[in-house]
Amino acid sequence: MNDNANNGKVNIYLFGKKYSVPSELTIMTAMEYAGYSLVRGCGCRNGFCGACASIYRIEGDRELKFCLACQTQVREGMYVATLPFFPLVKKVYDIEKINTSAQIMMQLYPEIYKCIGCNACTKSCTQKLNVMQYIAYAQRGDFKKCAEESFDCVMCGVCSSRCPAGISHPQVAMLARRINGKYLTPESEHLNIRADEISGGKFDEAMAALMFASDEELKKLYNDRDIEA
Amino acid sequence: MTEILKRKEAVKTYTEEMKKSMEKVGGNRQKNVGFEPGRMTAGEKEKLLATYHPDYMENEFEILKVGKNKGEKVPKELAALLQGKSAVKSDFDLSRPDYDTDVLIIGGGGAGAAAAIEADNAGASVMIVTKLRIGDANTMMAEGGIQAADKPNDSPAVHFLDAYGGGHFAAKKELLYKLVTEAPEAVKWLNSLGVEFDKTDDGTMITTHGGGTSRKRMHAAKDYSGAEIMRTLRDEVLNRKIPVVDFTAAVELILDENGSAAGAVLMNMETREFLVAKAKTVILATGGAGRLHYQGFPTSNHYGATADGLILGYRAGAKLLYADTLQYHPTGAAFPVQIFGALVTEKVRSLGAKLINSEGEVFMHPLETRDVAAASIIRECNARNKGVHTVNGVGVWLDTPMIDIKHGEGTIEKRIPAMLRMFGEYGIDIRKEPILVYPTLHYQNGGIDITPECETAVKNLFAAGEVVGGIHGRNRLMGNSLLDIIVFGRNAGRNAANRSKTGESAKNENLSLSHIDAFENELKKAGAQSGITSPVLLPKYTK
Repeated sequence: MNDNANNGKVNIYLFGKKYSVPSELTIMTAMEYAGYSLVRGCGCRNGFCGACASIYRIEGDRELKFCLACQTQVREGMYVATLPFFPLVKKVYDIEKINTSAQIMMQLYPEIYKCIGCNACTKSCTQKLNVMQYIAYAQRGDFKKCAEESFDCVMCGVCSSRCPAGISHPQVAMLARRINGKYLTPESEHLNIRADEISGGKFDEAMAALMFASDEELKKLYNDRDIEA
Repeated sequence: MTEILKRKEAVKTYTEEMKKSMEKVGGNRQKNVGFEPGRMTAGEKEKLLATYHPDYMENEFEILKVGKNKGEKVPKELAALLQGKSAVKSDFDLSRPDYDTDVLIIGGGGAGAAAAIEADNAGASVMIVTKLRIGDANTMMAEGGIQAADKPNDSPAVHFLDAYGGGHFAAKKELLYKLVTEAPEAVKWLNSLGVEFDKTDDGTMITTHGGGTSRKRMHAAKDYSGAEIMRTLRDEVLNRKIPVVDFTAAVELILDENGSAAGAVLMNMETREFLVAKAKTVILATGGAGRLHYQGFPTSNHYGATADGLILGYRAGAKLLYADTLQYHPTGAAFPVQIFGALVTEKVRSLGAKLINSEGEVFMHPLETRDVAAASIIRECNARNKGVHTVNGVGVWLDTPMIDIKHGEGTIEKRIPAMLRMFGEYGIDIRKEPILVYPTLHYQNGGIDITPECETAVKNLFAAGEVVGGIHGRNRLMGNSLLDIIVFGRNAGRNAANRSKTGESAKNENLSLSHIDAFENELKKAGAQSGITSPVLLPKYTK
């Protein structure tokens, strides 16, 4: 662990093979430093897309850890395997006609009722979400709570890779969030009104005036416009 | 949620300089929270941009010698690719297509997915090809929000004026007209697909300012706005069983005997196998170019942002517009090194965090437009020498703790959880400590020139999303990009689908790649061959 003793480098093991890499790198940039030209396992590189789910264990430690390779700094003795793809089950449905009661989970993702409560999903979440809890909400049809609890999910699939019941947690949460966003949160009246006003032509005249105005006139309008506090 | 910060063994390694400067920032915080800095005048902004904005660094650009934009300047790195050579030869066998579809969509980001859904609605057969996975796109990483003038004190006309002025009066008015007048409908559509916008209990959208907006019209889904939109669109595409061919890049467009778009030559990214997709219409939705690292800047963009669409389109005869203007997002992470260049959403400033120099002084209004803010930060660090040094360079502070002081404890956790998490990974608690930022290459303002119907200069070739130029002029406002991918993505999908049903769509006979030779000859004549095979598809990061 002493950086100075090793010229600021640490030893890591990519798929079991040892590489000495600068200690400030992330797992992803360390792979590139080692010479891997990534195609799979690399998407947004900023922690949003879930492409770079990875599993590691520190030499001498029995505990497995789970992370996004782009968001995790390398450490001495890190044994890394990546999980660029995991076969999640994604059921198809018509969002316009979907039944929004608890029954829908029974129909589409009945395996969630086989959860044995081992909590391996939560322990492995790369986003540190309470995965088992949001599955519990989904079981009881509380889609609003399931949506809230799962909101930061990047759908990397690590939870599902650990699940003895074969649950595809990210897809269950995706369904809950869409039901919540479409059906369970109140409609935005002002949005509907504005869309109707536009199609009714309320702003046609104001818009036409801008379209025909000279850039000089528009510059003046822009520079003098009032800004909401 | 606070779980996010608990796991950290990580040590932040602030330098003495950082620590000292951070103390000054903390000491002035109470005073700075209440301080309302003035906005710059039009004249001040012009001078600032001309002196410090990267778009104005003449020696970083090159004049194109061939193609529709011959004589115009583009970034050097882009010129080399536009004047590069194809990965396929013109005699490549097109007689046995691997795919045959009405509408071929190249690109699996927000614009491509929106286009696919609407093309499907219009009854066309449609398929998406994408060189990584559907959703590996800048859409996924857009944090701040989406604009729409849907509040009583706002209107499409005010939205138009904000965007037109913010883009330096250069936008194509008819495109901007479409953007602002179809914005409320676009947000309504997303909501109807199940996108979880931030709302109050009565359903009112929670809206905030962005840089350069005169009304609070930024709709958000926490600071995962783009991710929430993208994963919902992706789910909808999958529900409709629209074929998505992933890890497959388009490397050349195919034309018919009339020079209209009729498909694309594809390449499997893993096996390097070439494939042929035949189509009646084609939509380019390939996104931006941050991974070309213009002028050596880091980027907030996804791994595949390498301007593919510009190159494919240009070689086939499309015209570019404003390809010389890029957006450097003022607040890329400058520290720690692991997240160098990553996006720090503008929403941080919308919520009240101010930009502070090394002396603890507020040096500008936090909500100037992005180009002005970026140039101002560059000036502060370079000409004024009031930046804080990091391993990779220099930065100024973004005083995040101001947010909870201004709006109450818990605001950061609730409204910008992704930022809390990203810095938390490195032991930095943005609720208590400010963060260091510096401009990062964020967005391609320019791109392919389109009609309001999203068609390019090449018949039956449509384009939507970041690959398009002209909607925003020479600078884009926050929240207008998530908007444009939806508005123009939907239009492109509809129009390409409708065209595919008319006699004007590609005949699908006599498919040809002869434009490769024509372009190559032009290059030879002009002595402009860069010799680089383009598009490059992915950046090269191996040492």
